Amino acid sequence: MNKITNRQAICDCLLEKAKSDRNIVVVCSDSRGSASLAPFAETYPGQFVEAGIAEQNLVGISAGLAACGKKVFAASPASFLTTRSYEQAKVDVAYSGTNVTLIGISGGVSYGALGMTHHSCQDFAAMSALTGMRVYNPSDRFQTTKLIEALLKDTAPAYIRVSRSATEDIYDENMDFTLNRANVIADGKDVLLVACGEMVPYAKKAVEQLGEKGISAGLIDMYCLKPLDADTLVEKARDVKLVVTVEEHAPQGGLGSAVAQALSSRCPRRLVEKNLPDEHLISGTNREMFAYYGLDDAGIVKSVEEAL
Amino acid sequence: MDALTRKSYELRRDVIEMIHKSQAGHVGGDLSVIDILTVLYFDIMNVNPDNFKDDNHDRFLLSKGHCADALFVVLGEKGFFDKQRAIDTFSQYQSEFIGHPNTDVNGVEINSGSLGHGLAVGVGMALAAKMDDRTYRTYVVLGDGEMAEGSNYEAMMAARQYQLDNLCATVDLNRLQISGTTDQVMSSAPLAEKFASFGWNVIEAEDGNNCAQLVEAYKKAAACKGKPSVVIAHTVKGKGVSFMENEKKWHHGVMTQEEYERAVKDIEEVLA
Repeated sequence: MNKITNRQAICDCLLEKAKSDRNIVVVCSDSRGSASLAPFAETYPGQFVEAGIAEQNLVGISAGLAACGKKVFAASPASFLTTRSYEQAKVDVAYSGTNVTLIGISGGVSYGALGMTHHSCQDFAAMSALTGMRVYNPSDRFQTTKLIEALLKDTAPAYIRVSRSATEDIYDENMDFTLNRANVIADGKDVLLVACGEMVPYAKKAVEQLGEKGISAGLIDMYCLKPLDADTLVEKARDVKLVVTVEEHAPQGGLGSAVAQALSSRCPRRLVEKNLPDEHLISGTNREMFAYYGLDDAGIVKSVEEAL
Repeated sequence: MDALTRKSYELRRDVIEMIHKSQAGHVGGDLSVIDILTVLYFDIMNVNPDNFKDDNHDRFLLSKGHCADALFVVLGEKGFFDKQRAIDTFSQYQSEFIGHPNTDVNGVEINSGSLGHGLAVGVGMALAAKMDDRTYRTYVVLGDGEMAEGSNYEAMMAARQYQLDNLCATVDLNRLQISGTTDQVMSSAPLAEKFASFGWNVIEAEDGNNCAQLVEAYKKAAACKGKPSVVIAHTVKGKGVSFMENEKKWHHGVMTQEEYERAVKDIEEVLA
Protein backbone atom coordinates (compact mmCIF):
# COMPACT_ATOMS: atom_id res chain seq x y z
CA MET A 1 0.00 0.00 0.00
CA ASN A 2 1.41 3.37 -1.07
CA LYS A 3 2.21 5.74 1.82
CA ILE A 4 3.01 8.84 -0.24
CA THR A 5 0.17 11.35 -0.21
CA ASN A 6 -0.71 13.52 -3.19
CA ARG A 7 0.23 16.64 -1.20
CA GLN A 8 3.68 15.17 -0.63
CA ALA A 9 3.91 14.41 -4.34
CA ILE A 10 3.22 18.10 -5.01
CA CYS A 11 6.00 19.15 -2.63
CA ASP A 12 8.47 16.67 -4.14
CA CYS A 13 7.66 17.90 -7.64
CA LEU A 14 7.99 21.59 -6.69
CA LEU A 15 11.29 20.91 -4.87
CA GLU A 16 12.63 19.30 -8.01
CA LYS A 17 11.39 22.01 -10.38
CA ALA A 18 12.54 24.86 -8.13
CA LYS A 19 16.14 23.70 -8.58
CA SER A 20 16.10 25.36 -11.97
CA ASP A 21 13.24 27.85 -11.61
CA ARG A 22 13.58 30.64 -9.07
CA ASN A 23 10.15 32.02 -10.00
CA ILE A 24 8.30 29.12 -8.36
CA VAL A 25 6.83 30.51 -5.14
CA VAL A 26 4.79 28.67 -2.51
CA VAL A 27 2.39 30.60 -0.27
CA CYS A 28 0.76 29.04 2.81
CA SER A 29 -1.64 30.16 5.55
CA ASP A 30 -0.08 28.53 8.62
CA SER A 31 -0.57 25.39 6.55
CA ARG A 32 2.94 24.38 5.47
CA GLY A 33 2.85 21.32 7.70
CA SER A 34 -0.60 20.09 6.77
CA ALA A 35 0.17 20.81 3.11
CA SER A 36 3.42 18.77 3.38
CA LEU A 37 5.20 21.87 2.07
CA ALA A 38 7.53 22.43 5.04
CA PRO A 39 10.48 20.91 3.11
CA PHE A 40 9.94 23.50 0.37
CA ALA A 41 9.92 26.33 2.91
CA GLU A 42 13.13 25.00 4.45
CA THR A 43 14.92 24.44 1.15
CA TYR A 44 13.80 27.63 -0.60
CA PRO A 45 13.02 30.19 2.12
CA GLY A 46 13.38 32.99 -0.43
CA GLN A 47 10.63 31.42 -2.54
CA PHE A 48 8.21 30.79 0.30
CA VAL A 49 5.70 33.23 1.79
CA GLU A 50 3.78 32.69 5.02
CA ALA A 51 0.48 34.60 4.98
CA GLY A 52 -0.64 33.58 8.45
CA ILE A 53 -4.17 32.42 9.17
CA ALA A 54 -5.62 34.82 6.63
CA GLU A 55 -6.92 33.10 3.53
CA GLN A 56 -8.09 36.25 1.76
CA ASN A 57 -4.60 37.65 2.18
CA LEU A 58 -3.10 34.35 1.03
CA VAL A 59 -4.86 34.56 -2.32
CA GLY A 60 -4.50 38.33 -2.78
CA ILE A 61 -0.75 38.19 -2.09
CA SER A 62 -0.45 35.21 -4.45
CA ALA A 63 -2.10 37.22 -7.24
CA GLY A 64 0.26 40.15 -6.66
CA LEU A 65 3.29 37.86 -6.79
CA ALA A 66 2.00 36.26 -9.98
CA ALA A 67 1.32 39.64 -11.59
CA CYS A 68 5.05 40.30 -11.16
CA GLY A 69 6.18 37.10 -12.86
CA LYS A 70 6.03 34.47 -10.13
CA LYS A 71 4.56 30.99 -10.64
CA VAL A 72 2.57 30.75 -7.45
CA PHE A 73 1.25 27.69 -5.62
CA ALA A 74 -1.04 28.73 -2.76
CA ALA A 75 -1.89 25.88 -0.40
CA SER A 76 -4.51 25.98 2.32
CA PRO A 77 -7.28 23.67 3.56
CA ALA A 78 -9.78 23.31 0.70
CA SER A 79 -12.63 24.27 2.97
CA PHE A 80 -11.24 27.72 3.80
CA LEU A 81 -9.41 28.34 0.54
CA THR A 82 -12.50 27.92 -1.59
CA THR A 83 -15.02 29.79 0.53
CA ARG A 84 -13.24 32.26 2.85
CA SER A 85 -11.16 33.58 -0.04
CA TYR A 86 -13.70 32.91 -2.78
CA GLU A 87 -13.86 36.50 -3.94
CA GLN A 88 -10.07 36.79 -4.13
CA ALA A 89 -10.12 33.61 -6.23
CA LYS A 90 -12.79 35.17 -8.44
CA VAL A 91 -11.34 38.66 -8.88
CA ASP A 92 -7.60 38.51 -8.23
CA VAL A 93 -6.97 35.08 -9.76
CA ALA A 94 -9.69 33.94 -12.18
CA TYR A 95 -10.86 37.28 -13.59
CA SER A 96 -7.36 38.74 -13.61
CA GLY A 97 -5.88 35.57 -15.13
CA THR A 98 -2.93 35.51 -12.73
CA ASN A 99 -0.56 32.54 -12.72
CA VAL A 100 -1.77 31.09 -9.44
CA THR A 101 -2.48 27.44 -8.70
CA LEU A 102 -4.72 27.16 -5.67
CA ILE A 103 -4.12 23.88 -3.85
CA GLY A 104 -6.99 22.83 -1.63
CA ILE A 105 -5.52 20.36 0.84
CA SER A 106 -7.49 17.90 2.99
CA GLY A 107 -10.36 18.22 0.56
CA GLY A 108 -13.80 16.66 0.75
CA VAL A 109 -14.30 14.91 4.09
CA SER A 110 -10.59 14.34 4.76
CA TYR A 111 -10.87 15.94 8.17
CA GLY A 112 -13.47 13.35 9.22
CA ALA A 113 -14.63 14.00 12.77
CA LEU A 114 -13.65 17.68 12.67
CA GLY A 115 -17.05 18.18 11.11
CA MET A 116 -18.86 20.40 8.65
CA THR A 117 -16.72 23.53 9.15
CA HIS A 118 -13.74 21.60 7.84
CA HIS A 119 -15.39 19.63 5.05
CA SER A 120 -15.18 21.02 1.53
CA CYS A 121 -18.03 19.33 -0.29
CA GLN A 122 -18.70 22.48 -2.31
CA ASP A 123 -15.27 23.27 -3.74
CA PHE A 124 -15.76 21.73 -7.20
CA ALA A 125 -18.99 23.69 -7.63
CA ALA A 126 -17.62 26.94 -6.26
CA MET A 127 -14.42 26.92 -8.26
CA SER A 128 -16.04 25.60 -11.46
CA ALA A 129 -18.47 28.51 -11.39
CA LEU A 130 -15.62 31.02 -11.76
CA THR A 131 -14.93 32.10 -15.32
CA GLY A 132 -11.24 31.56 -15.99
CA MET A 133 -10.68 28.91 -13.31
CA ARG A 134 -9.73 25.31 -14.11
CA VAL A 135 -10.59 22.57 -11.60
CA TYR A 136 -8.68 19.33 -10.99
CA ASN A 137 -8.94 16.45 -8.54
CA PRO A 138 -6.15 13.98 -9.30
CA SER A 139 -6.39 10.40 -8.08
CA ASP A 140 -2.91 9.10 -7.25
CA ARG A 141 0.56 10.53 -6.66
CA PHE A 142 1.74 9.88 -10.21
CA GLN A 143 -1.19 11.71 -11.80
CA THR A 144 -0.73 14.54 -9.27
CA THR A 145 2.93 14.95 -10.25
CA LYS A 146 2.09 14.95 -13.96
CA LEU A 147 -0.60 17.54 -13.33
CA ILE A 148 1.79 19.90 -11.48
CA GLU A 149 4.39 19.49 -14.24
CA ALA A 150 1.75 20.35 -16.85
CA LEU A 151 0.46 23.39 -14.95
CA LEU A 152 4.01 24.74 -14.65
CA LYS A 153 4.08 24.94 -18.45
CA ASP A 154 1.23 27.45 -18.74
CA THR A 155 0.23 30.62 -16.94
CA ALA A 156 -3.52 30.22 -16.43
CA PRO A 157 -5.23 29.91 -13.04
CA ALA A 158 -6.15 26.50 -11.63
CA TYR A 159 -7.61 24.89 -8.52
CA ILE A 160 -6.45 21.44 -7.40
CA ARG A 161 -8.10 19.46 -4.64
CA VAL A 162 -6.06 16.81 -2.87
CA SER A 163 -7.06 14.71 0.10
CA ARG A 164 -5.27 14.14 3.37
CA SER A 165 -4.52 10.44 3.25
CA ALA A 166 -2.40 8.45 0.83
CA THR A 167 -4.25 6.91 -2.09
CA GLU A 168 -3.50 3.53 -3.62
CA ASP A 169 -1.37 3.71 -6.74
CA ILE A 170 -3.38 3.59 -9.95
CA TYR A 171 -0.58 4.46 -12.37
CA ASP A 172 3.22 4.53 -12.45
CA GLU A 173 5.75 7.16 -13.40
CA ASN A 174 5.49 6.25 -17.08
CA MET A 175 1.74 6.86 -17.22
CA ASP A 176 0.17 8.61 -20.21
CA PHE A 177 -0.86 12.10 -19.25
CA THR A 178 -2.20 14.94 -21.34
CA LEU A 179 -3.59 17.98 -19.55
CA ASN A 180 -7.39 18.06 -19.70
CA ARG A 181 -7.63 14.53 -21.17
CA ALA A 182 -9.18 12.02 -18.79
CA ASN A 183 -7.38 8.74 -18.12
CA VAL A 184 -9.34 5.70 -19.24
CA ILE A 185 -8.64 2.90 -16.76
CA ALA A 186 -11.01 0.23 -18.12
CA ASP A 187 -13.33 -0.27 -21.07
CA GLY A 188 -16.74 -1.87 -20.50
CA LYS A 189 -19.87 -2.86 -22.41
CA ASP A 190 -22.58 -2.57 -19.74
CA VAL A 191 -21.79 0.34 -17.50
CA LEU A 192 -19.36 3.26 -17.46
CA LEU A 193 -18.04 4.50 -14.12
CA VAL A 194 -16.72 8.07 -14.02
CA ALA A 195 -14.81 8.94 -10.87
CA CYS A 196 -12.26 11.45 -9.59
CA GLY A 197 -9.80 11.82 -6.75
CA GLU A 198 -9.95 9.42 -3.88
CA MET A 199 -12.99 7.70 -5.38
CA VAL A 200 -10.96 6.25 -8.26
CA PRO A 201 -9.38 3.34 -6.30
CA TYR A 202 -12.86 2.36 -5.02
CA ALA A 203 -14.26 2.52 -8.54
CA LYS A 204 -11.37 0.42 -9.82
CA LYS A 205 -12.16 -2.28 -7.22
CA ALA A 206 -15.83 -2.05 -8.19
CA VAL A 207 -14.93 -2.73 -11.84
CA GLU A 208 -13.18 -5.96 -10.76
CA GLN A 209 -16.06 -7.04 -8.53
CA LEU A 210 -18.64 -6.29 -11.23
CA GLY A 211 -16.56 -8.34 -13.68
CA GLU A 212 -16.73 -11.32 -11.33
CA LYS A 213 -20.51 -10.93 -11.40
CA GLY A 214 -20.54 -10.92 -15.20
CA ILE A 215 -21.07 -7.17 -15.57
CA SER A 216 -18.67 -5.42 -17.94
CA ALA A 217 -17.77 -2.03 -16.46
CA GLY A 218 -15.58 0.72 -17.88
CA LEU A 219 -13.87 3.39 -15.78
CA ILE A 220 -12.78 6.93 -16.56
CA ASP A 221 -10.56 8.87 -14.14
CA MET A 222 -12.00 12.35 -14.74
CA TYR A 223 -9.37 14.31 -12.81
CA CYS A 224 -10.17 17.32 -15.03
CA LEU A 225 -13.54 18.55 -13.80
CA LYS A 226 -13.19 21.82 -15.68
CA PRO A 227 -12.60 21.75 -18.53
CA LEU A 228 -14.36 18.38 -18.44
CA ASP A 229 -13.05 15.93 -21.02
CA ALA A 230 -16.46 15.53 -22.67
CA ASP A 231 -14.98 13.91 -25.80
CA THR A 232 -13.59 10.93 -23.89
CA LEU A 233 -16.77 10.76 -21.82
CA VAL A 234 -19.06 10.67 -24.85
CA GLU A 235 -16.84 8.21 -26.69
CA LYS A 236 -16.98 5.74 -23.81
CA ALA A 237 -20.62 6.40 -22.89
CA ARG A 238 -21.75 5.45 -26.41
CA ASP A 239 -20.98 1.78 -25.67
CA VAL A 240 -23.06 1.47 -22.51
CA LYS A 241 -26.62 1.72 -21.17
CA LEU A 242 -25.73 3.21 -17.81
CA VAL A 243 -23.28 5.85 -16.57
CA VAL A 244 -22.41 6.14 -12.86
CA THR A 245 -20.48 9.09 -11.45
CA VAL A 246 -18.65 8.80 -8.12
CA GLU A 247 -17.35 11.85 -6.26
CA GLU A 248 -16.55 13.10 -2.77
CA HIS A 249 -18.72 16.19 -3.16
CA ALA A 250 -22.23 17.52 -2.63
CA PRO A 251 -24.83 16.71 -5.31
CA GLN A 252 -24.80 20.22 -6.78
CA GLY A 253 -22.24 21.44 -9.24
CA GLY A 254 -19.61 18.71 -9.07
CA LEU A 255 -18.60 15.80 -11.29
CA GLY A 256 -22.13 14.37 -11.55
CA SER A 257 -23.55 17.71 -12.66
CA ALA A 258 -20.79 18.25 -15.23
CA VAL A 259 -21.21 14.74 -16.64
CA ALA A 260 -25.00 15.15 -16.79
CA GLN A 261 -24.60 18.43 -18.64
CA ALA A 262 -22.21 16.93 -21.19
CA LEU A 263 -24.19 13.72 -21.74
CA SER A 264 -27.61 15.33 -22.00
CA SER A 265 -26.56 17.40 -24.97
CA ARG A 266 -24.28 14.95 -26.75
CA CYS A 267 -25.09 11.38 -25.69
CA PRO A 268 -28.12 10.96 -23.41
CA ARG A 269 -27.72 7.96 -21.10
CA ARG A 270 -29.28 6.84 -17.88
CA LEU A 271 -27.17 8.43 -15.16
CA VAL A 272 -26.72 7.54 -11.50
CA GLU A 273 -24.84 10.17 -9.49
CA LYS A 274 -23.10 8.92 -6.39
CA ASN A 275 -22.00 11.68 -4.06
CA LEU A 276 -22.30 12.99 -0.53
CA PRO A 277 -25.84 14.03 0.42
CA ASP A 278 -27.00 17.62 0.73
CA GLU A 279 -27.19 17.37 4.49
CA HIS A 280 -25.01 17.67 7.59
CA LEU A 281 -22.74 14.64 7.43
CA ILE A 282 -22.17 12.01 10.08
CA SER A 283 -19.03 11.90 12.19
CA GLY A 284 -16.36 9.39 11.29
CA THR A 285 -13.13 8.88 9.41
CA ASN A 286 -13.30 9.60 5.71
CA ARG A 287 -13.29 5.86 4.94
CA GLU A 288 -16.13 5.24 7.39
CA MET A 289 -18.06 8.05 5.74
CA PHE A 290 -17.42 6.71 2.23
CA ALA A 291 -18.84 3.35 3.32
CA TYR A 292 -21.82 4.93 5.11
CA TYR A 293 -22.74 7.02 2.08
CA GLY A 294 -22.18 4.21 -0.40
CA LEU A 295 -19.15 5.71 -2.11
CA ASP A 296 -16.85 2.72 -1.54
CA ASP A 297 -16.53 -0.29 -3.85
CA ALA A 298 -19.42 -2.14 -2.20
CA GLY A 299 -21.68 0.91 -2.52
CA ILE A 300 -20.77 1.41 -6.17
CA VAL A 301 -21.40 -2.27 -7.02
CA LYS A 302 -24.77 -2.14 -5.24
CA SER A 303 -25.86 0.97 -7.15
CA VAL A 304 -24.86 -0.55 -10.50
CA GLU A 305 -26.73 -3.80 -9.81
CA GLU A 306 -29.85 -1.94 -8.72
CA ALA A 307 -29.81 0.28 -11.79
CA LEU A 308 -29.16 -2.43 -14.39
CA MET B 1 -0.31 77.95 -10.30
CA ASP B 2 2.22 75.11 -10.42
CA ALA B 3 2.21 72.62 -13.27
CA LEU B 4 0.86 69.69 -11.23
CA THR B 5 -2.05 71.68 -9.87
CA ARG B 6 -2.84 72.96 -13.35
CA LYS B 7 -2.79 69.43 -14.69
CA SER B 8 -5.05 68.18 -11.89
CA TYR B 9 -7.64 70.82 -12.81
CA GLU B 10 -7.34 70.09 -16.54
CA LEU B 11 -7.93 66.44 -15.69
CA ARG B 12 -10.93 67.44 -13.55
CA ARG B 13 -12.39 69.05 -16.64
CA ASP B 14 -11.85 65.76 -18.53
CA VAL B 15 -13.54 63.80 -15.74
CA ILE B 16 -16.55 66.11 -15.80
CA GLU B 17 -16.82 65.72 -19.58
CA MET B 18 -16.53 61.91 -19.30
CA ILE B 19 -19.11 61.69 -16.53
CA HIS B 20 -21.54 63.98 -18.35
CA LYS B 21 -21.22 62.20 -21.70
CA SER B 22 -21.67 58.77 -20.18
CA GLN B 23 -24.19 59.74 -17.48
CA ALA B 24 -22.24 57.27 -15.36
CA GLY B 25 -19.25 57.10 -13.05
CA HIS B 26 -18.32 58.18 -9.53
CA VAL B 27 -17.69 61.87 -9.83
CA GLY B 28 -17.33 62.76 -6.14
CA GLY B 29 -14.52 60.29 -5.48
CA ASP B 30 -12.90 61.06 -8.84
CA LEU B 31 -12.56 64.69 -7.80
CA SER B 32 -11.16 63.81 -4.37
CA VAL B 33 -8.57 61.35 -5.72
CA ILE B 34 -7.48 63.16 -8.90
CA ASP B 35 -4.71 65.15 -7.21
CA ILE B 36 -3.28 61.95 -5.71
CA LEU B 37 -3.30 60.29 -9.15
CA THR B 38 -1.82 63.36 -10.84
CA VAL B 39 1.04 63.60 -8.36
CA LEU B 40 1.80 59.88 -8.52
CA TYR B 41 1.71 59.59 -12.32
CA PHE B 42 3.33 62.91 -13.21
CA ASP B 43 5.85 63.39 -10.44
CA ILE B 44 6.45 60.34 -8.25
CA MET B 45 6.11 57.04 -10.09
CA ASN B 46 8.45 55.59 -12.67
CA VAL B 47 5.82 54.26 -15.06
CA ASN B 48 4.90 55.23 -18.61
CA PRO B 49 3.72 53.52 -21.80
CA ASP B 50 7.33 52.73 -22.81
CA ASN B 51 8.38 50.94 -19.62
CA PHE B 52 5.03 49.43 -18.63
CA LYS B 53 6.04 45.92 -19.77
CA ASP B 54 9.46 46.16 -18.10
CA ASP B 55 9.97 44.18 -14.89
CA ASN B 56 11.17 47.17 -12.92
CA HIS B 57 8.42 49.79 -13.46
CA ASP B 58 6.55 51.16 -10.47
CA ARG B 59 3.23 49.41 -9.82
CA PHE B 60 -0.04 51.23 -9.19
CA LEU B 61 -3.28 49.72 -7.90
CA LEU B 62 -6.53 51.65 -7.56
CA SER B 63 -8.16 49.59 -4.84
CA LYS B 64 -11.10 52.01 -4.73
CA GLY B 65 -11.72 50.85 -8.27
CA HIS B 66 -14.99 52.70 -8.78
CA CYS B 67 -12.91 55.84 -9.40
CA ALA B 68 -11.65 54.26 -12.63
CA ASP B 69 -13.04 57.31 -14.43
CA ALA B 70 -10.30 59.46 -12.87
CA LEU B 71 -7.66 56.79 -13.48
CA PHE B 72 -8.62 56.55 -17.17
CA VAL B 73 -8.19 60.26 -17.85
CA VAL B 74 -4.83 60.20 -16.04
CA LEU B 75 -3.62 57.15 -18.01
CA GLY B 76 -4.86 58.76 -21.23
CA GLU B 77 -3.03 61.98 -20.38
CA LYS B 78 0.05 59.87 -19.68
CA GLY B 79 -0.15 58.49 -23.22
CA PHE B 80 -1.28 54.93 -22.55
CA PHE B 81 -4.15 55.43 -25.05
CA ASP B 82 -6.14 58.17 -26.72
CA LYS B 83 -7.67 60.04 -23.81
CA GLN B 84 -10.50 61.43 -25.89
CA ARG B 85 -11.58 57.90 -26.86
CA ALA B 86 -11.84 57.03 -23.18
CA ILE B 87 -13.89 60.16 -22.53
CA ASP B 88 -16.16 59.43 -25.50
CA THR B 89 -16.76 55.73 -24.85
CA PHE B 90 -16.64 55.42 -21.05
CA SER B 91 -19.28 52.92 -19.86
CA GLN B 92 -20.69 52.64 -23.38
CA TYR B 93 -21.67 49.47 -25.27
CA GLN B 94 -18.61 47.22 -25.82
CA SER B 95 -16.14 49.77 -24.48
CA GLU B 96 -13.10 48.54 -22.56
CA PHE B 97 -13.45 51.68 -20.44
CA ILE B 98 -15.94 50.10 -18.05
CA GLY B 99 -16.69 51.41 -14.58
CA HIS B 100 -13.70 49.69 -12.99
CA PRO B 101 -10.01 49.23 -13.78
CA ASN B 102 -9.39 46.23 -16.00
CA THR B 103 -6.42 44.95 -17.93
CA ASP B 104 -8.09 45.45 -21.31
CA VAL B 105 -7.10 49.07 -20.69
CA ASN B 106 -3.40 49.70 -21.30
CA GLY B 107 -1.66 50.81 -18.12
CA VAL B 108 -3.86 48.85 -15.69
CA GLU B 109 -1.94 46.22 -13.69
CA ILE B 110 -4.77 43.98 -12.51
CA ASN B 111 -8.56 43.88 -12.54
CA SER B 112 -10.18 45.54 -9.55
CA GLY B 113 -13.51 46.90 -8.45
CA SER B 114 -14.45 44.88 -5.42
CA LEU B 115 -13.22 46.79 -2.39
CA GLY B 116 -10.60 45.47 0.00
CA HIS B 117 -8.49 43.62 -2.59
CA GLY B 118 -5.78 46.07 -3.62
CA LEU B 119 -3.60 46.14 -0.53
CA ALA B 120 -3.05 42.36 -0.43
CA VAL B 121 -2.23 42.33 -4.15
CA GLY B 122 0.14 45.22 -3.51
CA VAL B 123 1.83 43.22 -0.74
CA GLY B 124 2.41 40.42 -3.27
CA MET B 125 3.88 42.86 -5.79
CA ALA B 126 6.17 44.42 -3.20
CA LEU B 127 7.25 40.95 -2.01
CA ALA B 128 8.09 39.98 -5.59
CA ALA B 129 10.35 43.06 -5.82
CA LYS B 130 12.18 42.03 -2.64
CA MET B 131 12.59 38.47 -3.93
CA ASP B 132 14.09 39.68 -7.20
CA ASP B 133 16.11 42.58 -5.74
CA ARG B 134 14.21 45.02 -7.90
CA THR B 135 13.90 48.68 -7.02
CA TYR B 136 10.35 49.35 -8.22
CA ARG B 137 7.85 50.63 -5.70
CA THR B 138 4.19 49.63 -5.34
CA TYR B 139 1.50 52.25 -4.73
CA VAL B 140 -2.03 51.36 -3.61
CA VAL B 141 -4.84 53.89 -3.31
CA LEU B 142 -7.69 53.06 -0.91
CA GLY B 143 -10.86 54.86 0.07
CA ASP B 144 -11.76 55.63 3.67
CA GLY B 145 -15.11 53.90 3.27
CA GLU B 146 -13.18 50.92 1.93
CA MET B 147 -11.29 50.69 5.21
CA ALA B 148 -14.33 48.89 6.66
CA GLU B 149 -13.26 45.83 4.62
CA GLY B 150 -11.46 43.46 7.01
CA SER B 151 -9.13 42.13 4.34
CA ASN B 152 -7.24 45.45 4.48
CA TYR B 153 -6.09 44.65 7.99
CA GLU B 154 -4.78 41.24 6.98
CA ALA B 155 -2.69 42.96 4.32
CA MET B 156 -1.54 45.65 6.77
CA MET B 157 -0.20 42.92 9.05
CA ALA B 158 1.64 41.16 6.23
CA ALA B 159 3.18 44.40 4.93
CA ARG B 160 4.72 45.03 8.35
CA GLN B 161 5.71 41.38 8.82
CA TYR B 162 7.78 41.53 5.63
CA GLN B 163 9.04 45.10 6.24
CA LEU B 164 7.79 46.23 2.86
CA ASP B 165 9.32 49.69 2.70
CA ASN B 166 8.79 49.50 -1.08
CA LEU B 167 5.01 49.59 -0.53
CA CYS B 168 3.13 52.86 -0.12
CA ALA B 169 -0.59 52.99 0.53
CA THR B 170 -2.68 56.13 0.25
CA VAL B 171 -6.04 56.58 1.91
CA ASP B 172 -8.21 59.08 0.06
CA LEU B 173 -9.91 60.23 3.25
CA ASN B 174 -12.85 62.24 1.97
CA ARG B 175 -15.13 61.29 4.90
CA LEU B 176 -18.09 60.39 2.70
CA GLN B 177 -19.48 57.20 1.25
CA ILE B 178 -22.64 56.27 -0.61
CA SER B 179 -24.99 56.27 2.41
CA GLY B 180 -23.55 59.21 4.32
CA THR B 181 -20.45 60.15 6.26
CA THR B 182 -18.02 57.36 7.12
CA ASP B 183 -18.53 58.31 10.75
CA GLN B 184 -22.26 57.62 10.39
CA VAL B 185 -21.97 54.47 8.28
CA MET B 186 -18.93 52.72 9.79
CA SER B 187 -16.19 54.83 11.21
CA SER B 188 -12.67 53.81 10.25
CA ALA B 189 -11.26 56.53 12.54
CA PRO B 190 -8.67 56.98 13.84
CA LEU B 191 -6.93 55.72 10.71
CA ALA B 192 -3.51 57.18 11.45
CA GLU B 193 -3.44 55.42 14.81
CA LYS B 194 -4.70 52.19 13.26
CA PHE B 195 -1.91 52.11 10.67
CA ALA B 196 0.67 53.16 13.28
CA SER B 197 -0.43 50.39 15.63
CA PHE B 198 0.04 47.92 12.74
CA GLY B 199 3.65 49.09 12.50
CA TRP B 200 3.33 51.39 9.49
CA ASN B 201 5.06 54.70 8.87
CA VAL B 202 2.17 57.20 8.80
CA ILE B 203 2.36 60.44 6.86
CA GLU B 204 -0.58 62.81 6.94
CA ALA B 205 -1.32 65.24 4.12
CA GLU B 206 -3.53 67.79 5.84
CA ASP B 207 -4.76 68.98 2.49
CA GLY B 208 -4.90 65.88 0.35
CA ASN B 209 -5.95 67.92 -2.66
CA ASN B 210 -2.78 70.01 -2.45
CA CYS B 211 -0.25 68.65 -4.93
CA ALA B 212 2.77 70.15 -3.16
CA GLN B 213 1.77 68.50 0.13
CA LEU B 214 1.26 65.18 -1.63
CA VAL B 215 4.66 65.34 -3.35
CA GLU B 216 6.27 66.00 0.02
CA ALA B 217 4.37 63.09 1.60
CA TYR B 218 5.43 60.60 -1.10
CA LYS B 219 9.06 61.71 -0.80
CA LYS B 220 8.93 61.05 2.94
CA ALA B 221 7.41 57.64 2.25
CA ALA B 222 10.17 56.71 -0.19
CA ALA B 223 12.80 57.73 2.36
CA CYS B 224 11.39 55.48 5.10
CA LYS B 225 13.23 52.17 5.48
CA GLY B 226 12.19 48.96 7.20
CA LYS B 227 8.43 49.40 7.16
CA PRO B 228 5.59 50.23 4.80
CA SER B 229 4.24 53.76 4.55
CA VAL B 230 0.75 55.15 4.30
CA VAL B 231 -0.18 58.64 3.17
CA ILE B 232 -3.43 59.68 4.81
CA ALA B 233 -4.72 62.28 2.41
CA HIS B 234 -7.42 64.46 3.95
CA THR B 235 -9.39 65.26 0.83
CA VAL B 236 -12.70 66.86 -0.10
CA LYS B 237 -15.18 64.73 -2.01
CA GLY B 238 -16.21 66.61 -5.15
CA LYS B 239 -13.23 68.98 -4.79
CA GLY B 240 -13.17 71.74 -7.39
CA VAL B 241 -16.87 71.82 -8.24
CA SER B 242 -18.59 74.05 -5.71
CA PHE B 243 -21.97 72.37 -5.56
CA MET B 244 -20.46 68.86 -5.33
CA GLU B 245 -18.03 69.44 -2.48
CA ASN B 246 -18.83 67.42 0.67
CA GLU B 247 -22.22 66.37 -0.71
CA LYS B 248 -22.94 62.63 -0.54
CA LYS B 249 -25.40 62.79 -3.47
CA TRP B 250 -22.40 63.32 -5.77
CA HIS B 251 -20.92 59.92 -4.86
CA HIS B 252 -22.20 58.78 -8.22
CA GLY B 253 -24.56 61.54 -9.24
CA VAL B 254 -25.00 62.54 -12.87
CA MET B 255 -25.28 66.15 -13.96
CA THR B 256 -28.04 68.02 -15.77
CA GLN B 257 -26.84 70.19 -18.66
CA GLU B 258 -27.03 73.23 -16.39
CA GLU B 259 -25.04 71.50 -13.64
CA TYR B 260 -22.47 70.39 -16.18
CA GLU B 261 -21.99 73.96 -17.38
CA ARG B 262 -21.64 75.22 -13.80
CA ALA B 263 -19.08 72.48 -13.05
CA VAL B 264 -17.00 73.36 -16.10
CA LYS B 265 -17.23 77.05 -15.19
CA ASP B 266 -15.96 76.36 -11.65
CA ILE B 267 -12.94 74.50 -13.02
CA GLU B 268 -12.25 77.05 -15.79
CA GLU B 269 -12.21 79.81 -13.19
CA VAL B 270 -9.45 78.05 -11.25
CA LEU B 271 -7.48 77.45 -14.45
CA ALA B 272 -7.87 81.08 -15.46
